[in-house]
Amino acid sequence: MNLWLIPIIPLVGALVNGVFGRRLPQKFIALIGCGAAGISFSFSLWLAWQFINSSSSGAPFIENYFIWIQSGGFEANFGFYYDHLTLVMTLVVTGVGFLIHIYSVGYMNNKEGFYRFFSYLNLFMFSMLTLVMANNYLLMFAGWESVGLCSYLLISFYFGKRSAASAGKKAFIVNRVGDLGFLLGIILIFWIFGVVDFKSLFYLAGGLSGKVDTGLTAICLLLLLGAVGKSAQVPLHIWLPDAMEGPTPVSALIHAATMVTAGIYLITRSHILFETSPFTMQLVALLGCFTALYAATIALAQKDLKRILAYSTISQLGYMFLACGVGAYATAIFHLMTHAFFKALLFLGAGSVMHALSGEMDIYKMGNLRKYMPYTFYTFLVGSLAIAGAPFLSGFYSKEAILAASLEGPPGNIWLFGVALLTTGLTSLYIFRAVFLTFFGSSRLGSSLAGPPQESTPSIIVPLMLLAFFSVAGGWVTYKGYMGNEALKVFLQPVFSFGTPSAAADKLHSANSQVLVLLSSLAATGLGLLIAYLFFLRFPGWAKKIPGQLGLAYRLISKKYYMDEIFNTLLIRPLQWTSDAILWKALDVGAIDKVVNGTGRGAIMMGSWLRRIQSGNIRSYAVWVTLGAVIWLGYIFYRD
Amino acid sequence: MDWIQSHLLSAIIFTPLIGALGIVFVNRKRKNQIRWLALIASTSSFLLAIIAFATFPPSQAGMEFVERIPWITTPRIEYFIGADGLSLLMVLLGTLLTPLAILISWESIERRAKEFFFFLLILETGTLGVFLALDLFLFYVFWEAMLIPMYFLIGIWGHKRRIYATVKFILFTMVGSVLMLVGIIYLYNLTGSFALEEILSHVSSSDHVLSETTQTLLFFSFFIAFAIKVPLFPFHTWLPDAHVEAPTAGSVILAGVLLKTGTYGLLRFCLPIFPEAAQAYGPFISVLAIIGILYGGLVSMVQQDLKKLVAYSSISHLGFIVLGIFAFNVNGIQGAIYQMASHGISTGALFILVGMLYVRRHSHLIRDFGGLAASVPQLSIFFILVSLSSLGLPLLNGFIGEFLIILGAFKARTLFGVLAALGIVIAATYILSMIQRVFFGPITNEENKRLRDCKPRELLILGILTVVIIGMGIYPQPFLRRLDGTTKQILTRLEGGRIYFTEKHNALKLPVEIETVAYRQPEIYCIK
Repeated sequence: MNLWLIPIIPLVGALVNGVFGRRLPQKFIALIGCGAAGISFSFSLWLAWQFINSSSSGAPFIENYFIWIQSGGFEANFGFYYDHLTLVMTLVVTGVGFLIHIYSVGYMNNKEGFYRFFSYLNLFMFSMLTLVMANNYLLMFAGWESVGLCSYLLISFYFGKRSAASAGKKAFIVNRVGDLGFLLGIILIFWIFGVVDFKSLFYLAGGLSGKVDTGLTAICLLLLLGAVGKSAQVPLHIWLPDAMEGPTPVSALIHAATMVTAGIYLITRSHILFETSPFTMQLVALLGCFTALYAATIALAQKDLKRILAYSTISQLGYMFLACGVGAYATAIFHLMTHAFFKALLFLGAGSVMHALSGEMDIYKMGNLRKYMPYTFYTFLVGSLAIAGAPFLSGFYSKEAILAASLEGPPGNIWLFGVALLTTGLTSLYIFRAVFLTFFGSSRLGSSLAGPPQESTPSIIVPLMLLAFFSVAGGWVTYKGYMGNEALKVFLQPVFSFGTPSAAADKLHSANSQVLVLLSSLAATGLGLLIAYLFFLRFPGWAKKIPGQLGLAYRLISKKYYMDEIFNTLLIRPLQWTSDAILWKALDVGAIDKVVNGTGRGAIMMGSWLRRIQSGNIRSYAVWVTLGAVIWLGYIFYRD
Repeated sequence: MDWIQSHLLSAIIFTPLIGALGIVFVNRKRKNQIRWLALIASTSSFLLAIIAFATFPPSQAGMEFVERIPWITTPRIEYFIGADGLSLLMVLLGTLLTPLAILISWESIERRAKEFFFFLLILETGTLGVFLALDLFLFYVFWEAMLIPMYFLIGIWGHKRRIYATVKFILFTMVGSVLMLVGIIYLYNLTGSFALEEILSHVSSSDHVLSETTQTLLFFSFFIAFAIKVPLFPFHTWLPDAHVEAPTAGSVILAGVLLKTGTYGLLRFCLPIFPEAAQAYGPFISVLAIIGILYGGLVSMVQQDLKKLVAYSSISHLGFIVLGIFAFNVNGIQGAIYQMASHGISTGALFILVGMLYVRRHSHLIRDFGGLAASVPQLSIFFILVSLSSLGLPLLNGFIGEFLIILGAFKARTLFGVLAALGIVIAATYILSMIQRVFFGPITNEENKRLRDCKPRELLILGILTVVIIGMGIYPQPFLRRLDGTTKQILTRLEGGRIYFTEKHNALKLPVEIETVAYRQPEIYCIK
């Protein structure tokens, strides 16, 4: 089937632009960059077609190219694995990726480092595709770290800016903490199962279902650490808001639609392992639920449009974790897909706004932009309705499914549902706060702008419209039944039922609970919208009183619960101080080297003392000889 | 041609020496001739090494290309050399780095160029001899011989505190060497031979088992010599000083090749000759290695001098290697050997790059740089790539070794594996902080705005290194396969014939059709 064609083409694009880009005209660079992404997307479509038509049994395509690492019994190949899950992931990555490439042509137009940008973007596509197509954990890990690298390079894209350089570094290091867990997880998988490739592993693990084992739990916890790092869940979420330093298309592609969902991909791909560990599953659900609420509250009080969206991403990823945790894998993937559409749309819309306002991101310095940027406004509105869960838009279906699963799934309960429901209301509140402050009301634009804001170029608008279309229609893949994600679920059935007794929570829900979920979530969404309308549009005076009225609570959320400060004081500064003052200056230079130099000095002192014996003075030699003779004779006599 | 084939290793060792002798007869004013002569001699040696490596049969367990000529009759000392996968990989590394070191010194060494290249070539012969000698006395001769040119390289062409650094370096190593000499002589008295294979068969035969005390003392007489060379914590303090003061080429060879003679010695002599002692003290040594990994990384994080930073990072990486060796399993040892080569390439490349920055700015201090990605984009890209290989990014060379070492260490002792893995987070921290401070941010120093980007000669050096870095990261198989024989021998010796590794400790069995696709067990590891 030549699966390798899909990732290799962006790699070639990256190399061509990276090596020759500096001397190429911008048009040519754009053509190579977008062309690579486009061809890769076409191949993915073609392959999806092949797969659907060939696989009556749903057997995955597996290809092995060559052995990567083989040592002792360990073996990892360069090889790809293509099943229903991979199909969805490759289509999302290449499809959304392609649109964002086109958008970037307009967005990055005439900016410094145009070739570098497209080279990195193509490299990212290659890495992400390697991640989702790998047929073993080690190659997946290679893709995993490579997307981290691309994220690092793209966040620090404006490397001359200190904050951008620091944000890139922070993202990479925090991710490495997660990667450490993933790597150890792979090692433990090998020592327990003796293999790291999916086919053999799933076969072996399939026979285990129901067995509870500490080793397996340890594997799951380690993999979870990796997922938490990459998908920015509490407490490793701190890198994602800072990552907004990168150009906006990067935030849309890497930090919203694709890379950050790798954690969800990892969990769903390894679901057979996770199901052997109910403890880990519960942890996943709780963590996701908590993160969803936690990030949503922070998003309420941010002023920077991109940061609002960043916290929103963290919150939505929390939803996906929640779905995984209650066993609703297909639902998690469904939300991953719809989220990729509407969040990419929102970010690109924010980018369009930012582009028009020469980089302004503070929503309190915007207002009434719908008058100047109608296309941006309407598409952004579609995205907002989708994320808030307005009926018949994509986010509506996937969020309903998650809410239902959190209530009805085997480990689901009313508490998980309650928190998820509260988050739905908050989501609606924070996104409409942003919409009202940005596009409605009176204009609060700074005087520094040359003229009224201009609507963006077609290269930017067309991707917005296409994404808006998918944000609406993306949910209709669930045409069967107005709520459950039937079609996609059936489609993913072969993946998630393989080797396990139940892909439990994806089952149909009872009619009563469907109505309960539907009504309560619509109420929450409506309430959020209403509050946003009252506070931020109808009576703006009310909103100004909030900081004073809420005091500590408001300060907590506007300062992001002081997480960065806590990490700095408790971890980073003590570590630096220890390394500098204790390990280096006190131990290395002060102690060990002192001993070394002391030995040298000791030798010199001893030498200079012994030198006195050889004074060249005959009389003193005579004394030494006599003394020696006396001692020697004394010793002999004494011994006898 | 036949003569070359039967004397391939000698040709590899002595080609640089012949080049050095040739340089003696060239007028010191004709610098170009001197450089070209040095380059040709060292490159020929590299080409011969490639031939040796390519023709070495991967499944070979014993020594290949053996040459054995009596040298001195009493005591019986022989010119006895031979190679297995381990030594060939090291020879390949050494012969690759020397031409690069010559190229990097092409213009930067103006003063006494004749002597400089002369000593560099002598140094190469010394190190190659160490990796190929199979007679302990011959080994010792080469071991000491490589110190002398290094002494001059740092002492004459070094920076400000070069004398302090050289003396420290020489004294430190001499302490170890003398202990090892005592050990070698003791072994000769015991076995009547300096030849490694005879010593091995003597001490492993059941009538000549060494007593516990003897073995322990002998083990440490060798171990300390090697540990100082590695350098293992707490014997490491000579390394940062030596690196900071050494000229670029000196640092490249020092970090790239010389340190590896220490870990090579552990694998070639310490483990096979004293297997019981090695196993008894293995956990203790592993702890030192782990301290080295974490400590080297943390100290590296706060360095203000680029060369010191790279030097401390070497201590961390070499900690990984020692940990892998003392994991006593296939993954650990193969990972360690691979990491030896890989660290040589990456750290050698880092010193080359730091040298290129020095030529431009005459400084190693991080605070003198900042924002260089804007003024020297090509150099920056290479620097970042090499740094990433050093922090163990998958698909680059550094990952393979580190992964296998952690895999092995985890098997030997779970906690060791976990602690070592922490090292990769620390590595990300110090490497990325360095990149940020040197290459990112605004340009704060006017001088940094007018720097010249890579010259063709520099591009050639960096291009070669890049190919090796990516190639070794994607296709390590040709190297790993040639290590199977060596690994098997060491483990056989350690375990008295029993190789504990591939028994899968789960009762799960794969069906045949999956087994054939996914799980190919190399025959040599099957338990008899």
